[in-house]
Formats: sequence, structure tokens, C-alpha cells
Amino acid sequence: MRPLLSPLSAALPGLARHAALLALAALTLLPFAWMISTSLKPAGEIFLSEIRWWPERLAAVENYSAAFERAPLLRFLANGAIVTLAIFALQVVVNLPAAYALAKLRFIGRQTAFALVLFAILVPQQATAVPLFLLFHQLGLLDSYAALVVPFTISAFGIFLMRQFFMSVPDDLVDAARMDGISEFGIVWRVMLPTAIPAVTAFGIFSVVSHWNDYFWPLVAINSPHLFTPPLGVAAFRNEEAGTDYGPLMAAATIIIAPLVIAFLFAQRRFIEGITFTGMK
Amino acid sequence: MASVTLEGIRKSYERTEILKGIDLTIEDGSFLSLLGPSGCGKSTLLRIIAGLERQNSGHVRIGDDVVDAVRPSERNLSMVFQSYALYPHLSVADNIAVPLRMRRLSTLQRMPLIRHAVPGTHAVEREIRAEVARTAEQLGLGALMRRKPGQLSGGQRQRVAVGRAMVRQPRAFLLDEPLSNLDAKLRVHMRTEIAQLHRALGTTFIYVTHDQAEAMTMSDKIAVMAEGEILQVGSPDQIYDEPACLRVAEFIGSPKINVLNGVVDDAGSVRLGGRDTGCAATATPGSGVSLGIRPEAIALRAPDAAGLRGRLAHTENLGADVFVHLAVEGCEAPVVVRLSQAEARRTRLGDTVGLGFEPAAARLFAADGRRIAPRVGEVAHV
Repeated sequence: MRPLLSPLSAALPGLARHAALLALAALTLLPFAWMISTSLKPAGEIFLSEIRWWPERLAAVENYSAAFERAPLLRFLANGAIVTLAIFALQVVVNLPAAYALAKLRFIGRQTAFALVLFAILVPQQATAVPLFLLFHQLGLLDSYAALVVPFTISAFGIFLMRQFFMSVPDDLVDAARMDGISEFGIVWRVMLPTAIPAVTAFGIFSVVSHWNDYFWPLVAINSPHLFTPPLGVAAFRNEEAGTDYGPLMAAATIIIAPLVIAFLFAQRRFIEGITFTGMK
Repeated sequence: MASVTLEGIRKSYERTEILKGIDLTIEDGSFLSLLGPSGCGKSTLLRIIAGLERQNSGHVRIGDDVVDAVRPSERNLSMVFQSYALYPHLSVADNIAVPLRMRRLSTLQRMPLIRHAVPGTHAVEREIRAEVARTAEQLGLGALMRRKPGQLSGGQRQRVAVGRAMVRQPRAFLLDEPLSNLDAKLRVHMRTEIAQLHRALGTTFIYVTHDQAEAMTMSDKIAVMAEGEILQVGSPDQIYDEPACLRVAEFIGSPKINVLNGVVDDAGSVRLGGRDTGCAATATPGSGVSLGIRPEAIALRAPDAAGLRGRLAHTENLGADVFVHLAVEGCEAPVVVRLSQAEARRTRLGDTVGLGFEPAAARLFAADGRRIAPRVGEVAHV
């Protein structure tokens, strides 16, 4: 008896799927590839009528050293690290107790509080930007690290995410901790946090990526170049150069996305777990 | 060690009344089971004793102290949960040590890193570790101390949960269906272990279960609950032999007690579908009574004209015992009779047989389920 499907036709659906995925991946990666390619080219080779991926004359050293010379890129990177890590740390401090209360404590108004959290997720950042700006102006906090960090310390999305995770933690565990004499805050840090490490990691990745890449709020809140976060730094870089020198600009862009790409490569599995875990995307 | 006394405990959630005034005394050192179907309020009652839930009215007394306003950890009770509720990120040793650490170390002494710098931490830690090791040894957990709960079998987790409860030497143990997550074989084994543990510790045990076998095999006393009330409190024998009402009679015993719905005639005898059951009741002639009779109390014999009879509709062979189901005239549910293998071999499906039982073995219940007394000395002869 001959098999109904030859090996080739059995593999066909899989091949088709992969071909489609590869095409999409190529489309997504194309601008990044072009950015890296441009960062290696001398000025004369950037605007050519033909497509040239690898320059005839490699200008990597000039472009990258120019990027570091003409703007304090390291300073921008450090600012990015300080701001994103501070935001994440404070978010955890706020989110976990809030999520614990919403998931495990019984109090009047809990449903309403949770509904408000959900509502807050729906509000776009841009909608609150002007009132926030005015508030920080009144407080005299504009143009400071505080201006970059404070607005994001309470993350409605983070509270929601952690609350969903805590709902899956059995009530018995909380009761056992109470019987053992652990206080409510103790339960958050000693019992809930250790069980929620995967969820905290997933949230951490979302938080760090979105605030590292955030351009809008730093643009509104910051004036002094020494406080620039990486995206702002690159943009300022471009303005300064008036768009004349794309090689160093692309080199700078490559440098500021490098930390995230490297972190992603290391934490790839966690990141994918995080996405599947939240059921998003 | 202490007795536990409940006085008029009531609890409702929104409009639903979960507990309708519970009065119960659990003697010091005894093993009491709260037995009832799910949703009867037994777990809520246990949680109220533990302090995890607050009653709407009534008092909980442990020993001589009213503990209504006392926090769970300060009531000095231990609880074993159905899901074991072990801390998943801590090793077996650390899980068992938690209640001791929480009581004996100060906040600073429990802080990571800083703890080592605080005077006295190490001495207390050594003491705690010794006690944990002793408890673990008693429970045969010595080799597993470094494992995480995720690496343990169900029975081992159960033991760790018991160890965590034991180590603080509580005034009473509260156990909330601790065996229901185990497989049948292990459950029978753990039944023995828990009963032995109770004997060895001599502490009060309050055990919540819906499994009558667990309640019957381990308890000194059983409190049978239904719909937020205690129906009866008594020793396993009392509960089985002298049920206070039809609900208790039906809840205890497997297979269930046979309930025959009869009518009292003018002479006071209970008749079923026109046939004499041989029982007499102190009840108004013409009123309906339920006659409860355990499967092992019935014998099969040749059918006679006046007595109860039934057709053999089905048999269940369980090895040592055979349960035969009889379709009895005037009786909706089949009457189940427990026979030995030898007795069962003498019967055949479809046979019509007579049912014989000692009238004294039958329990009579009024239409509302209340137990009614048989008429002594006037028991009719069959």
C-alpha cells in the first residue's frame, strides 16, 4: 500500500507556514537591517539609487566614534538605565500590595476599585500628559529624574497583571501564612512575591521595554540634555546634525537599541513565557 | 492542649445563612469530626474556630479564654489544609520552620542579610533547626529536608503540612479535609497515621470531612452537620446505630440505609403496601412512618403470605460481600441487602424472596424525619 500522502506533500502545510512567517519576519527586520547597514556606510554611499547592503568602503569606525563624540551617548544610556530600573522597582513596590488587596482581601468597594484599575488601563498616556505637565510644573519637578520616573510608578496594567496572577494562588496558602503569624504585608513580600516571580519578570520586561523606548513623555518633561533618555538623545542628535549625517545617526540608534536586544537574547525564553502567560498579543 | 467550646455561632454571607447557631463542646484531647455534605458549613465553622473568618454572633472559647477578637496566629491553633498550602519557594525544613521563626525571631532577625548581624539570631536559629529536625524525624521526613514541595509526592506534602502544624505545639489541631487530595490507597493509610498521631500527641483534633469512612474510623466523636446545623453529636457507634433523625441515618453507612415508607395501622403496626413489617410504632394510626433498616440487618428467606417480599433485581459482588438489590412492592428505591458469598450463591436474579429482620434492628422516623420510638413489648411476631 502506498501512503496516501508522500512525505513532501505531508510536509507542505508546515513549509507554507514557515515561508509565510519568514516573509513577515523579513519585513519586520528590514528596517533594522537597513539601520545597521547604514551605520556602516560612509556619507557618499548612503543615498544611492541601487540597493547596497554592504558598503564598498567600510565606515563603521568613523560613524560609531562620531556617534560617541558628538553626543554623550553613554550618559543617555545611563539615564535610560536609571529611569527604567527606578520605574520598575517602584512599580513593584506599589503594584504587589495593590494587586494582593484586589485579589485576596475582602473589603467594601473592591469591585469598584478593580473596575477603576481596568478603566485606567484604557486611558492613553497622551490624554493625561497635559495635566501631568501642569502638575509637575506647579510642583517644580519638571526637568528632573523625578519627572521621568514618578508618573509611571503606579501602573494600572501592572496591578491588573499581578492581580490576575494572584487570583490563581490558592486562598489556603494565604490562610496558612496568617495561621503561621505572617502579617498582611509580610504575606505580600514573603509568600506572594516568591510565587509570582514569573509574572513579575514578565511585567518587568514589558515595563523596561516600554519605558526605555518611551519618547513622548521625556520629550514633554525634559529640557536639559544631561537628563535625556536614549530615544530623546538620538532625536536631539539628529536635530543637531540637521539630517546631514545619517551614518553617525544610525550608529547612535544601533547603540541605544543594543542593550534591549542583548537583554532579549538572554531572556528570550522568559519573554515568550511572559507573553503566553498574559495571553496578550 | 485545650478544649474548644462553641456557643451559638451564627454566620451569614450577604443573605445566605451558612451557620444557624452552632453549640458544641470539644473535649480536651479528643478527636472530633465535623461530618457533612459539601456546603453544610463545616469548613466555615472550622475557619471561625481558626479565626480566619469572623462569626456574626456567638462565641468561640479555647480552654477558658474567649478568643473572638484574637488573631488567628495568636489563638495558638494549627491548621492543615486540603491543598496542604505549603510555601512553594521554601524547602521542607524552611516550611516547617516558618511558624517558629515568626514567633521567636524579631522582624530584624528575619530580614534577609541583616539578620546575620542582629545579636541572638544564630542561637535562636539553632534551636529552631533542632526542633524542626526532631519533628521531621518523627514524621519520617528526615531525608527530604532540602527538597521543595514541588518535588514531593502527595503523601509527603501531607506530612510536611502536618509537620508544620505540629512543630509549634498548638492547643488544638484543625484539619480541613486533609486527605481528599490523596489517592484511595494512601488515604486509608494516612487515616491510620493521623489516628496514631492523635494518640501520640494527645492534643485536641478537629477534623472536617465529607467522607463518613474517615469520620467513623478516626473520631472519638462525630458532629453530623447539614445546612448550617448540627444534626447529632455522638460516638461513631451512636451515630451509626442510633441516628437521631432520618438525615443522619441516610448520611452514614455505605450502602445507604434502606428507607421503607409505611403507614401505622390501628393496632400500631407499621404496614408497607398492605404487608406487615413486624414493627410497631408509637404514632397516630394512619400516619406515615419511615422505616430505616441497614443492609446487614436484613436476611433473605422463603417468601410467606403476610411478610415483606421482593424480586431480586440486581447483584453487586464486592468479593467478601455481595449486595443484592430487591424490588419491593410499595417501595420506590430498591432494598439493598448485604449477603455473604455463600448466601448469595443460593439466590438467582428474578427470584422472589422474603425479607426478614429483627424489629429491634429497624429505626422508625416520623414524616418530618424525627426519630420515633418503637412500641416496646408489643412488637408483633413475624
